[in-house]
Amino acid sequence: MSAVVDTLRLTAEEALALVERGDVSPAELHAAYLDAIGERDAELHAYLRTVEYDGATSIPIALKDVISTKGLETTAGSRILEGYVPVFDATVTSRCRQAGLSVLGKTNTDEFAMGSSTENSAYGPSRNPWDPARVPGGSGGGTAAAVSAGLAPWGLGSDTGGSVKQPSALCGNVGLRPTYGTVSRYGIVAFASSLDQVGPVAKTVRDVALLYRIVSGRDPADSTTVELSEPVELPTSERLDGLRVGVPRQAVALEAIEPGVRAAFHSSLALLGELGAELDECDLPLSFDYGMPCYYLIAPAEASSNLARYDGVRYGRRSDGATYRETVERTRDDGFGDEPKRRIMLGTYALSAGYYDAYYGQAQKVRTLLVREHAAAFERFDVLATPTSPTVAFPLGDKAADPLAMYACDLLTIPSCLAGLPGLSVPCGFSEGLPVGLQLVGPQFGENALFRAGHAVERALELDLVPERLR
Amino acid sequence: MSTWEPVIGLEIHVQLKTRTKMFCRCRVGFGAEENSQTCPVCLGFPGALPVPNRTAIEWVVKLGLALGCEIAERAVFARKNYFYPDLSKGYQISQYDLPSCVNGNMIVSLAEGQHEIGIVRAHLEEDAAKNVHVGGRTGRIGGAEYTLVDYNRGGTPLVEIVTAPDLHSAEEAKRFLQLLRQTIVELGISDAEMEKGTLRVDANVSVRPAGSEVLRTRSEIKNMNSFTHIARGIDAEVARQIEVWESGGEVEQHTYDFDVGSGALTARRTKEEADDYRYFPEPDLAPVEPPAELVDRLRFELPELPAARIARVMKKLDHDRALVLVTGGLDRLWEATVAAGADGVAASNVIANQLVASGARPGAVDPTELAKLVDARERIPRATFAEALGKIGDHGFSAEPYLAMESVSDTSELEPIVDAVIAANSAQVEQYRGGKEGLLGFFVGQVMKETKGRADPRVVNELVRARLAP
Ligand SMILES: [Zn+2]
Repeated sequence: MSAVVDTLRLTAEEALALVERGDVSPAELHAAYLDAIGERDAELHAYLRTVEYDGATSIPIALKDVISTKGLETTAGSRILEGYVPVFDATVTSRCRQAGLSVLGKTNTDEFAMGSSTENSAYGPSRNPWDPARVPGGSGGGTAAAVSAGLAPWGLGSDTGGSVKQPSALCGNVGLRPTYGTVSRYGIVAFASSLDQVGPVAKTVRDVALLYRIVSGRDPADSTTVELSEPVELPTSERLDGLRVGVPRQAVALEAIEPGVRAAFHSSLALLGELGAELDECDLPLSFDYGMPCYYLIAPAEASSNLARYDGVRYGRRSDGATYRETVERTRDDGFGDEPKRRIMLGTYALSAGYYDAYYGQAQKVRTLLVREHAAAFERFDVLATPTSPTVAFPLGDKAADPLAMYACDLLTIPSCLAGLPGLSVPCGFSEGLPVGLQLVGPQFGENALFRAGHAVERALELDLVPERLR
Repeated sequence: MSTWEPVIGLEIHVQLKTRTKMFCRCRVGFGAEENSQTCPVCLGFPGALPVPNRTAIEWVVKLGLALGCEIAERAVFARKNYFYPDLSKGYQISQYDLPSCVNGNMIVSLAEGQHEIGIVRAHLEEDAAKNVHVGGRTGRIGGAEYTLVDYNRGGTPLVEIVTAPDLHSAEEAKRFLQLLRQTIVELGISDAEMEKGTLRVDANVSVRPAGSEVLRTRSEIKNMNSFTHIARGIDAEVARQIEVWESGGEVEQHTYDFDVGSGALTARRTKEEADDYRYFPEPDLAPVEPPAELVDRLRFELPELPAARIARVMKKLDHDRALVLVTGGLDRLWEATVAAGADGVAASNVIANQLVASGARPGAVDPTELAKLVDARERIPRATFAEALGKIGDHGFSAEPYLAMESVSDTSELEPIVDAVIAANSAQVEQYRGGKEGLLGFFVGQVMKETKGRADPRVVNELVRARLAP
C-alpha cells in the first residue's frame, strides 16, 4: 500500500479532501482502514465483520450492526439473527452508498441496542481504546471504539436512550442524536420505535454535521420522517456571542455524577461563557425525576412488541423442537440474551390488561409533560448543557450484574430522548486520563445551533483525542 | 312459555380492492403464486416499516360517510399483539380506541316498517396471512402435521364494521347484510364476495324474554360463507339458546363454527386464558388526520345509497323485488318507467327479467318507450315484445312500430290459415285424432310461423282444437 495515511488522526473531512485531490484513492483508503482494523481490532472487538472495498467513489464508513446492509449479515448483536442477511439496505445505508461511501464493516452493539457497555452483545464485548480493561459505552460501543481507534473515519450508530451520545463521550468522539423524525429508521432493527434514531459518530463536529447532511431528510419508506426545516450548516465560527445556554439545576445536582466529570463539565461551562455565551440555570424537575422510570416503561413495552417477530421461521437462527410451539420457544430461549428477555418481560407486563393505565399509559402522559417542560425551557435558551455521562468509561464487568446501575449510565441522556430532541456529545476534557463528554441539547430541528456551539468548544479546547496508548 | 326475542350484533370484515396492500406496495389480488406478492414490510423483516395506503384511508372515510358515521379528525393505528404464524410481525396493525368512523346507522326496511341499525364503528386494519394446516383432522393448527403460510393475503387492507346489537331476527340480519354489501359494492371499494372471503361475517347472538331490555350471555358464530348460511346459523343458535333457557339451564359464552353441510354448530375449544392483545399506539405510524376538505369532498361525491332507494321502491313493491332492482342497479330505470305511467309490479317484472335477459343496458333505455311496451305487453305478440326489448337500448328507439303489431285475434283472419295448416299435415292430423294430443302444439306452432308470430296464441289454440275435434 503506497498511500500512507494516519487513520488515528485523519478526520472524515480531511479524508474527503485527500480523495478529492486524488492523493489517495477510495480503494487505498479503504485498505488502510482494513489494515488498521487488522492491527488493533483483535484487542478492541469493535467490528463484528468487515467488508472488502466494493468500488465506492468516496471514503469509508462503519455501520452499527442494527443497520440493515443488503447482502451483508446483520445481527443487531443477537444470536437470534445469526446468519440473517438482509435483502434490502436501510435507507441510511443507501444514502451513504449514494454519497459514494464504502461500508467498512458492521460494528458491535449491545444485543438489540439494549445496554450501555456493549457487554450485552452475544458476540462478546468491545473494549475502550483508551483502556481495554474498560467498556467503550453502549449500545453503540463498536462504532465509538472504531472511530476513536482510527478504525473508521466516521460511523453511524442508533440512539434510543443514549446509545450514540454516551459511547461517544466514553471514547472521546463527537456524537449526534438527531431530532426524532429527521433520519429514516427504515431498515434499522427496531428496539423502541418511538425513541430509536440513527446518528453520526466522528472525530469532529464538522464531520458529524457532514454525515448528518448525508443521512437526514424525509424518507417515503418511514412515514414518521420529515424534511429538515433548514439545510445543515457546517459550523465555522469560533465565537458564541449571544448564545443562550441553560444549565438544568436538577441534572447538575445528581449525585451519580463523578467529581472528575463534574470538574470537566464546570470548566467547559466557564469556557462557553468566555466564548460569549450567556449562561443561566434552568429547571427541568420532571425530566430528571421521572425520565428514567418513564423510559424504562416505554422502551421495554415497544421492544416487547418489536421483538415478537423473531421466531426462527422466516429468517435468522432456529432451534428445532418437536412441535411448532416448542421450536419457537427454543429458538427464543437460545436466541435472546438476558437483557432482551428482561425487557420483553418488563414490557409485556407494562402493556398487559389491567396494568396498561398504571404503567404504559401513565408513562406516555409523563412523556408529554417532559416534552412541554423542555419546550418551556427552550423559550429562554438556545441550548441546554449537561455532562453526557455521569461517569467516565468503567471497567468491564463493573455493572454487568446490576441492571439498575447500568441503566443509570443514561440518566442524563434519556430525558431529551423522550422529548424527541437533538443532543450532541462533544469531548470537553479528561478525568483519570479518560475522556469526558459535554451534552448539548437543542430544540426540535436545532441541530445547526448544536453544531455551532460544539464546534466553538472543540476549537477552543484543542484536545488531543487520540487515545494516549495509541499515539 | 314466554316468547323470546333474539338479539344479534354483527362484525363484518371487508377486504378493500385497493391496488396495493395496506402498508406496503405489494399488489393485492387472488390466484398469484403463493408468497409471490410479498416484500420485507409484509413479511415482517427486521427494520421494515409500514407506510399507510392513502386510498384505503379515503375509502374507509367514504364508507363511514355512507353509513352515517362521524369521521374522526384523528384516528390512531394501534398494535394488536398476538402470536400466530399468520402474523409476520407478531402483531396486527389495527385501529383500536380511536377508529376512523363511529356512531353511524343504516335503515333496514321491513314489512313492519323501517328499522335503524346502529353502526358502532368502522375501522381500518391489515389482514393476516393464510394458513393451510396440513395433516390432522380438524383443519386447525393443533394436531396438524405442518402448516403452510401464504403471505400474499397478509397486509391486505380490511375494514371492520361493528353493528350495535340492534338486529332481532335472522331475516333482518340477512337484509342488513344485503344492504351493506350493496352499499360497499356501489362505493366501489370492495367486491364484498363471501365465497372469495372478501366479505366475512361473525354474528354475536343472544336471546331474552320479549320486552326485556337486559342483554344476556351471547355466543359468537363464525365461518358462515353466505347470507343464507348466516341466517341458518343464527336461527340454529337462537333455537339452541331458547332451549337451554327453557330447560332451566344457563347459556355460556362460546364461539361456534357453523357447519354448512349439517347445519350444525360446533363449539370451539375454550381458551384457558382470556385474550390480552396488549394494544398500544403504533409508534411507526402518525395518526390519521383526514383534512376537512377531503371529508367534505367525499361526502359531496357520495351517490344516493341503496338503503334510501330500497325504502323508496318498497312503497310500491315488496322487499324482494325492491332488493333485486336495487342490487341490479335497475331501480332508477324502474322509477322512471313507473313515472311514465307503467304499472309498478309489471315494470319490475319486465325490467328484472326480460330486459336483463335481452342484454340491453339499463342506462340506455328510454323509460317512456319502455313504459309503452310494458303497458302493451299483453296485447302484442310475445315474439314482437321480445324483439322490441332487444332493440330498446338502441339510439332513437321508438316503441310505436311494435305497438302497431298488436296480435291478430280476429278469427275470420286466422281461420283460413288454420285450415291450410291442417290440410297440409294430414298425417299429423290422423295421429292427433288417434290420441296423440301432444301434437296440438305442433299445429299452433305452424300457424304462428305462418303469421310470423303475430297471431294471438290463445285464439289459435282454440281454433285448432275446434277444427281437429273428430
Ligand atoms: Zn409487501
